[in-house]
Amino acid sequence: MFLSERRRGQLAALSIAAVVIIVGVPLWWRTTETYRAWLPVSQIKELAKLQLQLSADVEVVFARGTVTPEQQKKVPLTQTQEEERAIDGDLIILFLILLIRNTKLESKFFSCHVLFLPEDTALSESPCGSLVVYVIPESSSLLPEDVNVYIGQRRTALLRIGPQMRVGKTLEQLLAHLEPRIKQVLQVMSFSHNDITAALSDRVRFSPDNKESIADSMRAFKSSPGYEITFSLLNPDPKSHRLHWDIEGAVQTYIQPLLTKLSPVANFSIDSQTLYYTMLGVNPRFDTSRSAYTLNADSLAHVINPVEARLGSNAASSNPVLNFLLYVPDAQHSPLYIQGRKKQEVPSNAFHSPRWGGIMVYNVNGFYGSEPEFPVDINIDMAKVMGVFLAQLRLLLGVQSSTPPPGFLVARCGSTGLADWELDRLMWSRSVENVATATTTITSLAQLLDQIGNIVINDNIAQQVSSAVTSLQLAVAELEAGNLGFALQYSKEAILASEKAFFDPSLLHLLYFPDDQKFAIYIPLFLPMCVPILLSLLKIVSEARQRLEC
Amino acid sequence: IFFRQGNNIFFGDSAGQFFSSGHTNNWAVLVCTSRFWFNYRHVANTLSVYRSVKRLGIPDSHIVLMLADDMACNHRNPKPATVFSHKNMELNVYGDDVEVDYRGYEVTVENFLRVLTGRLPPSTPRSKRLLSDDRSNILIYLTGHGGNGFLKFQDSEEISNVELADAFEQMWQKRRYNELLFIIDTCQGASMYERFYSPNLMALASSQVGEDSLSHQPDLAIGVHLMDRYTFYLLEFLEDIHPASKANMNDLFKVCPKSQCVSTPGHRTDLFLRDPGSVLITDFFGSVRKVEITTEAIDLTDPIKEVEERYMHSYVDQLPVSEIIHQKPKQKDWHPPDGFILGLWTLILLVFFQTYGVKHLRHIF
Repeated sequence: MFLSERRRGQLAALSIAAVVIIVGVPLWWRTTETYRAWLPVSQIKELAKLQLQLSADVEVVFARGTVTPEQQKKVPLTQTQEEERAIDGDLIILFLILLIRNTKLESKFFSCHVLFLPEDTALSESPCGSLVVYVIPESSSLLPEDVNVYIGQRRTALLRIGPQMRVGKTLEQLLAHLEPRIKQVLQVMSFSHNDITAALSDRVRFSPDNKESIADSMRAFKSSPGYEITFSLLNPDPKSHRLHWDIEGAVQTYIQPLLTKLSPVANFSIDSQTLYYTMLGVNPRFDTSRSAYTLNADSLAHVINPVEARLGSNAASSNPVLNFLLYVPDAQHSPLYIQGRKKQEVPSNAFHSPRWGGIMVYNVNGFYGSEPEFPVDINIDMAKVMGVFLAQLRLLLGVQSSTPPPGFLVARCGSTGLADWELDRLMWSRSVENVATATTTITSLAQLLDQIGNIVINDNIAQQVSSAVTSLQLAVAELEAGNLGFALQYSKEAILASEKAFFDPSLLHLLYFPDDQKFAIYIPLFLPMCVPILLSLLKIVSEARQRLEC
Repeated sequence: IFFRQGNNIFFGDSAGQFFSSGHTNNWAVLVCTSRFWFNYRHVANTLSVYRSVKRLGIPDSHIVLMLADDMACNHRNPKPATVFSHKNMELNVYGDDVEVDYRGYEVTVENFLRVLTGRLPPSTPRSKRLLSDDRSNILIYLTGHGGNGFLKFQDSEEISNVELADAFEQMWQKRRYNELLFIIDTCQGASMYERFYSPNLMALASSQVGEDSLSHQPDLAIGVHLMDRYTFYLLEFLEDIHPASKANMNDLFKVCPKSQCVSTPGHRTDLFLRDPGSVLITDFFGSVRKVEITTEAIDLTDPIKEVEERYMHSYVDQLPVSEIIHQKPKQKDWHPPDGFILGLWTLILLVFFQTYGVKHLRHIF
């Protein structure tokens, strides 16, 4: 079959056009599209609403003399109390308090008049996140006169019934009287509205009336999977003082118990160093009234920077560093005292800087003896030093010791430096903070990937995002169920996965192509090819139309 | 004045200062985007700002300095190991304690954006990272050759104002800064901050769109211009600032008027939440720490345990070493070899003309 030349030409043009459109265009599209793995966007949007439900178990034990035996039979076993608060409009947090009322008459604990709580017994091994409140009669002499609530070291509290409940009380009246007071205890020992708002300071900007919590949130380090702690001894005058400090023993005895207790919250690594010939950088003034040198509060701010330039650190990770410095003043400037803003004495002789660390001045002129022969050998009293550093460490890690309401008596924290309920408080606020931060990270990552269509989303990023979403959902579920330990663990996993996904190095591509640059690349490739095809197609069409007309 | 009884916080008259700025630490990212001997002034600019920032208190660990660093030991430098910022060689800004974090060919757009957004490979050391948090005030200073909407990096690539704005937005999303001050000393510098849209950014530029930033004075012995005008007068202004100074941003905006600078410096404060008059210079250029007196101490009574045995120390795996070692090599995008496209088209045209012959071209056209 012989086709005419013209027919052959038309067929050639048509087939070239067909190949270009059917094969070429999809091939070009496929080879220039970026690989984007699937992300669970709908689940991320669900999580972004951040509806958290925190529930704490409180066990209430009625001591003898508070309820009559008939009333005791009628006390309901469990009762829940809910409180809903909205923070910043779009997120709602439900405080759900499950009260398991459990009446037991443990009279043997309350007959003695000593203020030792039944804490050391096996009875009060409450799991973390829960509390035990013992209700004692009004006439009990366990607590001093003006104290109505005593908070012990290990998640227990003693609550004294008020005087109005003395005569002719019914069970309903008693319960109604107790509920708000138990709630108040819970706010001190577990979480309060202010604590949760402070933990969410990422998403919520503060109202200026709550200055205390602003200062607290600025002082404590943000939640991080690990921290580095460095203890430094600064000796500006080695010719006069030869200092010995048993830092290893002191850390093992005093600091390590606290850090072991805090291990569910974060990992800690400790190191220490000694620096010689490092001055403070600020000249102290001689105060004749105290015959000592003083540093007043305003000049303390300028002490840190010159010293910090000389501090070494072996941190190979990106964890935040807490520095604790022990400064022994040189012989010419001994003794050196720190003055408060109102020129008052500071017994600890120490100060700290938010999110950095603390400095303590240790005067050694008392150790000189009668005929000092320089250099003097001095053994530093590590118990005193570590007492101050422990207190500063507590503040910097966010263990707030806010003023308790009137009528409350709080037991001093033990030798570990941290009461169990303080640990619980920290865990609550850390869990909420972790969940909020991980949610924000994942949401902004999803938004970013959505906005910039050219970024490649590798499989490992999608996998990290999915695991972060799963961990977040689990953490929220555990918070609802009241399992604080698991909630914190899941929230930490969520943070790690979300940070890994967000900061993945592959997500950075120089992907801004202005339109004129795109045209400049494609035109020399496609225009020479398309022009003959288009023109020949047009010719075919016009010829066909001509034939139809005539 | 706030007074909380029996507790750790005693707020004196600086309570206002504590709350108003809201930052607890300072960072600085100083970038010089040029290389080669005739761009001596850009390196001198950056080093002078570096010295001021260090003098006012920001430590090296909080400064990310990116320089080509090819001036001090350049073969054409008549005084090796020095970089001067005043003619007659008055002030050597190189000194002996300069810590350059990114030098030479490491100063690229990619590394700059990685530093800002934090997307660095896990093997990057701490000194090369910007480890800021939501309470950090960051100062970013860029200098070099720029144009309308772009800044040239080392003569081979450029960063556009859209990319910069997007990088700042990513920093904001991850709350990597509290407040950010952006200073740029290039030609048409104001175009670089036009596209910002994240909150809490304040920007200053040495010239408006369409204007050139001019250099200050040449030194006849060295043979090149030593500084740019805007940075020169900026530095004169900063020399009067000490760590306790109360000068505010409005004074900074007045630096280098048109009579001295020949170009018109510009600034942008609409995205900044605080009033510029209440922002101290030391909020960005210095590092004034907030301090609180420690009023509590814990009573420790246990005696120190004897550390008899050496404990088996376990080292926390701080770097994901196995990941780094077994990292797959970076996927490089495949490009067809050079000249391929040209050759391809030549072949297509040859085949076409051979099949149809030139005289048949009128069938097509």
